Parts: sequence; structure tokens; C-alpha cells
Amino acid sequence: MNLSRTPGPPDARADVSGFATPLVRHATEPYYHAIGDETGVFAAAAQSGLPVMLKGPTGCGKTRFVQHMAWRLQRPLVTVACHDDLTTADLVGRYLIIGDETVWMDGPLTAAVRAGAICYLDEIVEARKDTTVVIHPLTDARRALPVEKRGEYLEAPPDFMLVISYNPGYQSVLKEMKPSTRQRFVALDFDYPEATVEANIVAHEGGVDAATAQQLVKLGGLTRKLKGAGLDEGAGTRLLVHAAQLIAKGMAPAVACTAAIARPLADEPDTRDALDDLIRAVF
Amino acid sequence: MSQRKLFAHELEARLDDLLLLSLRQRSAKAPAAQLEALPRELQERVLHWAAVAAQTSDDLGWLIASLAAAQAADLGDEFDDWVRAGLDAYDRSGLAATRKALNDYAEACRSRAKHSAHGIAFAAIEGRLSHFLHALDGRPLKLATGPQAWTDSETLWLPERLDAMPDAAGNRGLYKAMAALLWAQTRFGSFNVDPEPELDLWPDREAALRWFAVFEAMRLEARLAAELPGLARDIADLRGPWPAALAADAAKLARPGATAADSLAALAGLREVGAGETPVFPHVGAIDPVAARRVRAARIVRDMAVLRRALNVMAATASKAGAADNPDHPPLAAEGGMQVPDPQADLLALPPAAREAAKSLMQDFGEIPPEALHAAGPGAWQPVDGADEPVTAGVTTQPDAFYDEWDYRRGSWRHGWCHLYEMEGPAGDREWVDEVRTRHAHLIRSIRRRFEALRGEDKPQKRQFDGEEIDLDAQVEARADRKSGGEPSPRLFVHRRRVERSLAVMFMVDMSGSTKGWVNDAERESLVLLCEAIEALGDRYAIYGFSGWTRTHCDIYRIKRFDDRYDAETRRRIAGIEARDYTRMGVAVRHLAGLLMRQNTRHKLLVTLSDGRPDDYGDEYRGRYGIEDTRRALLEAREKGIRSYCVTIDRHGADYLPQLYGPAHYSVIDDAKKLPRKIAEIYRKLTA
Ligand SMILES: Nc1ncnc2c1ncn2[C@@H]1O[C@H](COP(=O)(O)OP(=O)(O)O)[C@@H](O)[C@H]1O
Ligand SMILES: [Mg+2]
Repeated sequence: MNLSRTPGPPDARADVSGFATPLVRHATEPYYHAIGDETGVFAAAAQSGLPVMLKGPTGCGKTRFVQHMAWRLQRPLVTVACHDDLTTADLVGRYLIIGDETVWMDGPLTAAVRAGAICYLDEIVEARKDTTVVIHPLTDARRALPVEKRGEYLEAPPDFMLVISYNPGYQSVLKEMKPSTRQRFVALDFDYPEATVEANIVAHEGGVDAATAQQLVKLGGLTRKLKGAGLDEGAGTRLLVHAAQLIAKGMAPAVACTAAIARPLADEPDTRDALDDLIRAVF
Repeated sequence: MSQRKLFAHELEARLDDLLLLSLRQRSAKAPAAQLEALPRELQERVLHWAAVAAQTSDDLGWLIASLAAAQAADLGDEFDDWVRAGLDAYDRSGLAATRKALNDYAEACRSRAKHSAHGIAFAAIEGRLSHFLHALDGRPLKLATGPQAWTDSETLWLPERLDAMPDAAGNRGLYKAMAALLWAQTRFGSFNVDPEPELDLWPDREAALRWFAVFEAMRLEARLAAELPGLARDIADLRGPWPAALAADAAKLARPGATAADSLAALAGLREVGAGETPVFPHVGAIDPVAARRVRAARIVRDMAVLRRALNVMAATASKAGAADNPDHPPLAAEGGMQVPDPQADLLALPPAAREAAKSLMQDFGEIPPEALHAAGPGAWQPVDGADEPVTAGVTTQPDAFYDEWDYRRGSWRHGWCHLYEMEGPAGDREWVDEVRTRHAHLIRSIRRRFEALRGEDKPQKRQFDGEEIDLDAQVEARADRKSGGEPSPRLFVHRRRVERSLAVMFMVDMSGSTKGWVNDAERESLVLLCEAIEALGDRYAIYGFSGWTRTHCDIYRIKRFDDRYDAETRRRIAGIEARDYTRMGVAVRHLAGLLMRQNTRHKLLVTLSDGRPDDYGDEYRGRYGIEDTRRALLEAREKGIRSYCVTIDRHGADYLPQLYGPAHYSVIDDAKKLPRKIAEIYRKLTA
């Protein structure tokens, strides 16, 4: 994939380029196989200035979809992987002391607003609750970002778009998204694609032949039946692609699947063994 | 008398002494070197017996000493018997026979040891197998042990222990092969034909059934090869090639369209030419079509009823244009067209229970039989009030509360239907909790450690780009750096990370009669571990038990209220949790959710611990009704902002759980004994 980066905001006098937010522009089309009408809905939401929430299990193409849509809409993309230490300042920006000067550094959200980019907050529920409130004014009619430390009130240009992802399979109560947050978004449901489609994706992304891809998808389907019965979640498309990539490098399928699928999924001995059995059974 | 072992030179000297080897120009160097590896006690025994043998003959002494050096380690406890067997052989048939007898004995001993070490017990592989089977297609299957491998199409019986293969991996593979073949019998229709007419023509019914099982194995392994080639390959390796005489049959049965009827045809062909001895394959179990077809027939009646009722409801809903769709069920395929969808074509249009029934029927017939597609007559619901009400002694007081119950058949509430009594849980054995804490001391320590880490506290993080306070050390350093012309670090602040766990958790514990025994023990032990863990965390929590006996006696037992401490009284009440009556779950969820709502915390969590499906005495709560009501209660809780998590102890495929726990997350623990170890981990994940 061809990426080009444009530098961050203009007011950094000292050299803070190491901290600048990367604005990603995809030069070539990121491969994405549409499953339903998600591209249409997303494009319409983008035109209407509405924020979008992508729901679905991990590894089913949400991130890839956003990359693809950014390319389609010809907008730069800023991606933030949320985690539980992510502070408001991490998103909005902060003053750095460089030498004797204080220098303001835009955070990724601010940078995206300024640039009219798509800002993708991946796994939003991982972020601290007090952090997520900063997105609220961006998600309603105001479409604005108050940058309190600078006394700035940034109105988002029409091309700015906020996208968040969310895995409803999460089990922690503390990570539930509040209805008041959820209801601000246009939501798209993602799920594992249907078997033939998924096999196409795996073959394309993993560089394996159709037969191997089908076997991997078969295995993926078997692991998904273990959800709630040994596994928190079955293997997502991503894991299948990883296994395919190892196989394409010449590894034996069983070894590749153990390393790329079984081990990442389970620690518990019975479940691990059962996964090993399933891998043996499929290949 | 623990002494150091003897070194080679010492052993050589002792052997030399007692066998007078130097006179015969033999050297004890080689045996001494081998003996050096043995423990002192065994070294002494070898020396002792060599001396005894030498009294009979020097050559015999030498033989015993040199063979013992090589074999004593393998013989273990049987060393003395081994020597005696050798002495005996010498007396009867001389030196050459002695050498052979000793070698044979040692060999037998080695292979015995190998076998018992490599046998596999069902218990050791059950979890693995049940996960494996769970992932495969088709109706859920239970696992059990029995004298031979067979299935009635709902349970797979497997031997208690397998020892037939030379190593552990082989025996595990054999278990897997047996289970897979039995699974395939249920999946690919071994019981979908009636074998009786053919079996009647055989003089020896047992022999005919053995042959039938072999033919079915040929057919089913070919089906497996198409779906799970790796598994089929493992099975083929294990059994070796089919006998040449049967190759033609095997090829015919391996054709993609072959059914159990083709196996019967092969059986008929064999009968005409005359059957010889049945070949024995280790992985081919027994087949009992009578038992299996009986279970199948009962299942078909059940599945048909479920499917027809669903079609009925769908027909009714579809004709009410614009009826609000139920968000929990997939939309009707025929929404515009107002016709009942064809389940043959579109399983997804059915609600989950009916979908399972339809899939099960397809498994039993190869397709959905047309008669199942006629909607059943009007709903068969009849009020049974008063008809079967048991007289319970002792309850004379007014109920503490009345609760509505959801009747899915009416699609409406039954108001004030459940009479709820809340009372204090009885105190149990004073020592019991202490005993559990001692027994699990290690586990508790490690859980507490992990949970304390979770609490996080107010951890000041130094050297941050920004934060609430200035990091003095960093400032001083930066100043110094700047003075000395260096590049000062911009990380000059302390950031306080506030972790607020505003959380209240309600544990709802199943005290129904079915939990008697292991499950009840596991529940109680789990609660002890949970309390220890949550105390370390500081979350607010309460524990209530539930049981009951019809809608007029729904009992809730207070074990620990939110404000109670985890003290001696509470511990005694945990010990006092016991298996009582029935499982009317919906009302318990409603009552406890109500208590939980009074908690002033941001997050509220309801965790249920139970052993399976809702059930109550004598009324309709047992089946779909109870499942729908419970599901509804969980949904209501959810709407109030309560998250539910259901832990179910059920070693057998719990197919109804997705339906029951629709709005809640859940996990299934297949073995009660695992619950105490798992529960804390579940809680940690839930609230991390
Ligand atoms: N519909 C799809 N089209 C193309 N690739 C896909 C699709 N779904 C999944 N993938 C593959 O799966 C991988 C993981 O998807 P990703 O977008 O990272 O998942 P998520 O963000 O949902 O966790 C992608 O890198 C891509 O290879
Ligand atoms: Mg992602």
C-alpha cells in the first residue's frame, strides 16, 4: 500500500515533527470487499457530516473498511488506537516545553479537524470515560472541538468526519458504551463475511490458493462455534489472513494455523487441545 | 539409612570380591559403570543377589550381576521376583535358559509399564473432546462413559479408558476417531433407515450389526474425508487399509450420494454370499439402531411441534401487516409478501428455537418433512390455575412482593403472577468456609494479588508531557541540562491516573434441587473465592440465592446484602447454601435487579450462577415458557442499565443458552469442579 504523509500543523516553531500526527493518504485503493450496503451508507453519512460507529467482532474488516472509504472519499485518515491510558490531551493536544519555549502540539483529533480528515478512533471503549466526552461536541450539530488549553474553538470543516469502532462482544461492564454516546452515531454492523466471500478475502490478502483459503475459512467457522464454550470469540478474518500469510511463506498449514490461530485464541489446555484437533481435522 | 550411592570403582571392587572375578580374568568394569547410575538401595540389592547366586554357581552370579546392571532400572519393584525367576530357571534348565528367562521377564515388565503409562482415561480427554465436537456441525451431543463406544443419536458413550495403542498420542487419537465416527453416525443419517427387515434375515443379529457398523464406517469415513480431510486421514492411518475382500464395498459406500440404505444393501449382499468372521477395527464402535431410532422418534415429535408452532406464529404475524418487528429475532423473510417462508429454503427466517428444530429435522430426514410445514392448530395454551397447586406447609405469611411474568404464547404479561418471599439464608457449618480458604489458600493468594493490581489506586505517573502536577525531579534535571548546554527533556509533569470503579455486583445463585452435590459445592466454593477476591478490589457486592416451588412460592435467600460485611455470619450463610426446589428464574432476576437498581453506582452487574435451564414444578415454566420469561427479565434489566452475565454449569451441549441469555453474555463451564478456579477470572474479565 502506498502511503504519503503530510506534516502536522503549521505553528510548531521548534522541531517537534517527531510528535506530529500522521495524516495518511492512500495512493492506491486499499482492498475491501463490500458485504452489504456499508459503502453507500458511509458515503452518505460523510456527505451529511454525520459520525459513524462500526460495530463488530475484532478482525472482521472495520479498519480496512475505513481505509478504503478514506481513499474513495479522497480524504486523509487519522487513526487512533484507543487504550485505557489515553487522555484528553493525547487526543486534543498539549504544550511541550522545548528548550526554553513552550510549543503547542496538536493531538490527532485536532489535527484531523484542522485538515478535514477522517478521524478513526479504533476500539473506543478502551479509552477512559472522561476522554470520550471530548468527542461529544464533534458528534452533534455543533461539529466543533473546543481546545481549552489554547482557548480555541475549532469548527470542523465539512470534510471532517468522526468514525469510531466498537466490539459489542466485550465482556467488561466498565467498558459498555453509554447510550448517550451511542446514539450520536450512524451505526454499521460488521460480522464475519459469508464463507465464499471470506475465502476470497483470505486468498487475496494471504496470497494462498482458493482451496487453502476455503480450508482456513472452514477452520474459522469451527472456532466461531466455540464462542461462549471455551472461547470469548472465534477466529476473525484477520487471524485467517495471518495463517494464510505464513502458509504462503512455505509453512505447513497445521503449523501456521497453530501459531496464527490457535495460540492467539486460547490459553486453557482443553480448548487449546480442541483447537489443535480441529486444525488437524481440517487439513 | 540414606547413604550416598557407590561409584563405579567401588562397585567394581565389590563385584570383584564376591564373584572372585580376577581369578577368572573377567572384568566387572562394564556392569559397574551401569550400576553406578542406580540408587544406593538398588545397588545393594543387586550386589546382594549376585552374591546369593554366586553361592550356586559363579557363572550364575556373573550372569545375574551383568544382566541386573542393564535391567534393574526397568524392573523397579519387581527386581527381586526377576532374580527369583532366574534362579528357578537355572535349577530347572541350566544357564542358557536362565539368560532367556531373565530377558523375557524384563521385556514383559517393560511393556507393561509402557502400557499403563500410555493408556488414556476418558476423564483426561473429555474436555478436549467435548470442545472438539461442539465445534463440529449438527445437533449438540452429550458425552458419557460406557462399556463400549456407541451412540443413541444424542449421547456418545465412550470407554472409560483406552489402552489399545502403544502410546498416549495413539490412544488419544483412538478416542477422537471413535467420537468422530459416532458424531458422523448422527450427522450423516445412520439411523434414518430402518434396518430391521434386513436384520431379521440374519440368523445372528449381533454379527449382522457388527457388519452394519463396519459398512457404515466405510461410508462415514468417506463423508468425513470430504468435510474434514485431516481427520479422515488420521482415522485411516489408525485402522490401516480395509480388507481386500471388502474393497469393492468400501468403494461403493464412499460415493458422495451413499446413504445408510446403501450400507444395508451391502449387508444384504454379504448375507447372500455368506459372511465370514467380522473384521475388527479398534475405532468402530457398536451400533444399536433400536435405541437410536427410539430416541430419534421422540425427538422428531418434539422438533415438529416446535417448528409448526413457530410457523403458526409467523403466519399470524405476517398477516398482520406492519406489526412491530421483534428486534431480537431476524426479520421475516416474507415481510412484504405476507407468506410464511419456506424453512427448507430459508432457515434464517425462523426464530432460533425453531431454526434448531428445523436443522435437527433435516439431520433426521435429510430434508424437512412436508408434514412439519403445516402450521399447528390454534395455540394450545390452557390455564391450569389451581389444578396442580401443591400444598406447602409453613408458609402462612403474606408474600413480600408480587411480580408479573411474561407469557410468550399470549405475548403479554400475567400480572402479579409470582409470589415472592425474601428471607435470610440459613446458617451453615461454621468451619466450612475456613476449610475452603485453607484448601484454596494458594489460589486465593494469587487471585488477591491479581485483583489488587486491578484496583490500580491513584498511581502517580512521573515524567509525563503534561499532567496535574509538576515533576520536580524532572524540572531540576531539565534546568541542569539546559545550563550545561544539553537538550532538556520535555517530560516535566506528574500525571495522576484516577481509577474509579463505581460498580455494584449482584450474585444470583441457583439453589434448585438439580444443583445437589457437586454443583452446589462448586457454587459455594466459588462464592468464597469471589468474596476473597472482591474484598481485595473494594467493589460493592451482594449475594442472594433463589429457588422455589411454583409461582406462589418463589423464594429468595439473603446471603449477603450490599451493606453486609464479609464476616463470620455471612460466611456461615454461604456455607448454608443448599440445593432446594425448582428454578423459576425470571422472577428472581426481576427481584434482584430491583435491589441492584437501588445502588448508587454508575455500573451495575448481575451475575447468575446456575446449572441449566429454568424449570418449575408442574406448570409450563419448564419449557420454552421459562426460557422466554427469563430472557425477558434479563432484557428488562438491561433496559434499566444492568448488565447481566450468566455462568452456567452444564457439561453437556447447552443449545438453548443463546436463546435464554439473548440479551446477556454468558459462559458455560462444562465441569462443576472447574468453577471455583474460573469464576474469579470471569469476574476479573467482566470488570477489567
Ligand atoms: N471485507 C473485507 N475486505 C477486505 N479485507 C478484509 C475484509 N474483512 C477482513 N479483511 C481482512 O482482515 C484483516 C483484519 O481486518 P481489520 O480491518 O483490521 O479488522 P477490525 O478492524 O475489524 O478488527 C484485514 O487486514 C484484511 O486483510
Ligand atoms: Mg481494527
